Amino acid sequence: MAQTVFAPWNDPKEKPLIEFVNVTKRFGDFTAIDNLSQKIYAKEFFALLGPSGCGKTTMMRMLGGFETPTSGKILLAGQDIGAVPPNKRAVNMMFQSYALFPHISVWENIAFGLKREGMAKVKIAARVDEMLRLTRLEKFSGRKPHQISGGQRQRVALARSLAKAPKLLLLDEPLGALDKKLRQETQFELMDIQESTGTTFVIVTHDQEEAMTVASRVAVMDHGKIVQVATPDVIYEAPNSVYVADFIGDVNLIEGTAKARKTSNTTKQLAAQPIAEPEVSPKPEPSSDRKPQPNERGEWLHDKLLEPVLGKRAAVQKTVATAPISETATSVAPAPKPSDLPDGGLEIAWLDNGKPLIASNADPSLDGAKVVLALRPEKLSISTEEPDAANVLRGKVIDIAYLGNISTYYVQLETGTMVKAQIANTRRVSRRDITWEDQVWLSFRATAGVVLEQEA
Amino acid sequence: MRRAVLIAVPYLWLLALFLVPFLIVFKISLSDAAIARPPYFPQLEVSEGWSGLKEFFAELDWENYIFLGEDVLYYQAYLSSLKIALISTVLTLLVGYPIAYGMARAAPEWRPTLLMLIILPFWTSFLIRVYAWKGILSTEGLLNQLLMSLGIISDPLTILNTNTAVYIGIVYTYLPFMVLPIYSALEKMDDSLLEAAEDLGCSRFQAFWLVTFPMSRAGVFAGCFLVFIPALGEFVIPSLLGGSDTLMIGKVLYEEFFSNRDWPVASAVAVILLLILIVPIVLFQLNQQKQQEAEQ
Repeated sequence: MAQTVFAPWNDPKEKPLIEFVNVTKRFGDFTAIDNLSQKIYAKEFFALLGPSGCGKTTMMRMLGGFETPTSGKILLAGQDIGAVPPNKRAVNMMFQSYALFPHISVWENIAFGLKREGMAKVKIAARVDEMLRLTRLEKFSGRKPHQISGGQRQRVALARSLAKAPKLLLLDEPLGALDKKLRQETQFELMDIQESTGTTFVIVTHDQEEAMTVASRVAVMDHGKIVQVATPDVIYEAPNSVYVADFIGDVNLIEGTAKARKTSNTTKQLAAQPIAEPEVSPKPEPSSDRKPQPNERGEWLHDKLLEPVLGKRAAVQKTVATAPISETATSVAPAPKPSDLPDGGLEIAWLDNGKPLIASNADPSLDGAKVVLALRPEKLSISTEEPDAANVLRGKVIDIAYLGNISTYYVQLETGTMVKAQIANTRRVSRRDITWEDQVWLSFRATAGVVLEQEA
Repeated sequence: MRRAVLIAVPYLWLLALFLVPFLIVFKISLSDAAIARPPYFPQLEVSEGWSGLKEFFAELDWENYIFLGEDVLYYQAYLSSLKIALISTVLTLLVGYPIAYGMARAAPEWRPTLLMLIILPFWTSFLIRVYAWKGILSTEGLLNQLLMSLGIISDPLTILNTNTAVYIGIVYTYLPFMVLPIYSALEKMDDSLLEAAEDLGCSRFQAFWLVTFPMSRAGVFAGCFLVFIPALGEFVIPSLLGGSDTLMIGKVLYEEFFSNRDWPVASAVAVILLLILIVPIVLFQLNQQKQQEAEQ
């Protein structure tokens, strides 16, 4: 079932629901929002992400009407709402503390906004019941807020803010008070409800995992400015700055000096790609048939588990990972071979042994610049024998963080730099071959990292 | 076992300092006045044993209560006390709520200071403060002088020795008892509740009536009882500030006890006052209980 991609921000004809036009907000000397312009489209699930004090809450409170911009305009469906008080806006907010009225029942809480509208009693009852059903709270309608659990309170708050069918729903750290398991469940519930009601959601959070899970677009904020706005995968795979790379997820930042690599005609296109394009997975090799291509891990699994039963898999034209895995060679993930190394991009000279790191996806115009190679730990392979790969680093395992599904290896290179590598624990820990103090090789593809300009 | 001992402490306290004195007062109220020391009869003679005890109980009767029921003065005094206590409670609420609200809305760094200012008058003797009001309210007092020098009035107002002076005195004296519980209820309130109310379409005024006020209701109840209960039996304020026509049961009690030296009738008056007070006290207790449950 094909789904059309929801990306109104790429459609120049689409009118934004909300538009910040050069909005600045100052509290005394402190500039909370600094000349910010941003469009948010109808039906989006837009996440404002950033550390505390970055201005994300101020931005949301301006949307709610609890703060007015010092300068600039905020447009809701084309109309300036700067001077409209909160009780006159088609915007509702779900508060971080939920702000449920403790003296009235769940039912009355949800009906509160509807009653203020002067809606007919029958209609109110129907709407409240609908909201109770949507949030699966039917059984609790007669209880007071202090008689239900945290997760239920969260759903009451959501139901109450959705009851008036606002054009825009603001969620201020909506899941902050829930424990991890409940938070994950609720994230999916939120997404379901957002989809089924078609309401535009703007969520404020400092939890990057939450933002990545629920949002259609994530805006990473710092010091009153939006540093990057993009879909979660772009934010993760192609951050536009060291700040974003460092804020979202785990990352190794390797500083060095860039030098353009020779380009051949075939790869020119690849090298010229804008860096905002995520390098989601290695480009599939030209293949005669259009059958789905097994990925590296699939191939490895096949070799490991199915080969004895089904025989050798049909050799795909890939040269990757076909090396038999012997008992002594204990590479956890197959290392990419340098033979698939594309041309172009940059070489990054850095502290280590003189051998530059190769980033074939980087923008060659950064030639000569001081750059940072941002490498996600899960894009690194770790092995006890020197692999044949585009980029190989040698070091000693200092620490292993076992997280259950994955392990993070902290490897100290000969230069003293610490590099993190994350490996999925596909085997039981007792069978783990790499342990503390082991000499290991880390390797990664020429396209694994993102090259960013060093910030002053 | 240990729990029982622990609970026994406050109960013993109540028994020794409340129930036993009450029983003594109750016994006196059933006795007859006598020119003796103590001025009532019968006395319990333990030395005479069982027959003495029987004789003692035979002498007790409800005569004084019947007397209170027959004389319209007492009935009027109770009624007038209830009226004065009720009106002063409402006045205290009207004055106290805005003060408590203002304190709860004040910047957090100011709150301890404001709280201090509310409690500060307690550092001066209650009697002296009420006397001071005599100086303020009398015909040649500060208030009249001020109003006349400002040209607002040409003839001095007669406030002292009227019920108005009693109201002023009660409101002034019991204000902290009203302000503190309301303040503590309002202070706990989360500001985001008001924002939520506005967000859901309330005007500021609606938000106050639908959220702030209901949430401070427990504090309002507590404050009202704390003012009403002592105001009902108030003696010092009506006798110092009130006039000869200010009829309050506290004053009657004093007269019976010290002027008439009729301890049995005075005791009967006190017992009935206590019975009247039981209603608001029980209501007060229920309110406190409800509040505690809500907080859990």
